[in-house]
Amino acid sequence: MSRKGPIPILRVGNVLLTTIHIDLQDTIAAAFQEDVLTEIEKTGAHGIVVDISGLDEVDTHVARILAETGAMARLMGTRAVLVGMRPEVAATLVRMGYAMGAIETALDVDDGLRLLGGRPKG
Amino acid sequence: MGSLAFESQTLSSETMAIDREEDIVHVRKRARMLAQARGFDAFACAALTTAASELARNVWVHGGGGQATLEELSDGNRFGIRMVFRDQGPGIADLERALQGGYSTARSLGLGLSGTRRLVEDFAIDTRPGEGTRVTITKWTRF
Repeated sequence: MSRKGPIPILRVGNVLLTTIHIDLQDTIAAAFQEDVLTEIEKTGAHGIVVDISGLDEVDTHVARILAETGAMARLMGTRAVLVGMRPEVAATLVRMGYAMGAIETALDVDDGLRLLGGRPKG
Repeated sequence: MGSLAFESQTLSSETMAIDREEDIVHVRKRARMLAQARGFDAFACAALTTAASELARNVWVHGGGGQATLEELSDGNRFGIRMVFRDQGPGIADLERALQGGYSTARSLGLGLSGTRRLVEDFAIDTRPGEGTRVTITKWTRF
């Protein structure tokens, strides 16, 4: 695997799963987006689940990177689902006026994978 | 909302440099540490640290670097965190528009500023073209 950034991207069936556990500073963010797109091309994944349950704070900079990544994946024909947003993070983003309407969301990784058909129900 | 502020006491004050992108994270982490230690709940902590991120990033991206001063306050009943972000950058030409949101110069000054204002109890901004910008915010623990 020739990842550029420190964020791992796993393959689960025919979807990708990535967990963001570190700060998305500019260089890391750019590498992450490129890694996601490269993996989509390499694996032909039809969806990607982006888990942010480990982030206790998401500012508009990080929110924009996540929304952009979803838009990039979509241009390649791959659905992106953002999962695991904490209650306080959701409340803060909406209070700021950043509703993230551009990206699909689900409660957690299980729901995200189910939404993309990567895991059978039950 | 800030009517009790004149009675408040400053318990501590520290100034951090914002010279590199990593400093945004340092400021935000320090803000979280202070807020948690003073009993801010998860929602208030997220609001305060997100505000710190936004304003520190503005200093770095738009102001070319600067400083953040973090202060712990008490008004006798509750604790507060005040943060002052200063840069010597170009200033904000159209402040009214920037505070309405949707205004964007380098990246997203608009949402950052207008959004931050909605996260805290007190918000003040002083900007002069060619001289720089100073943003002061305060958030208090709730009862």
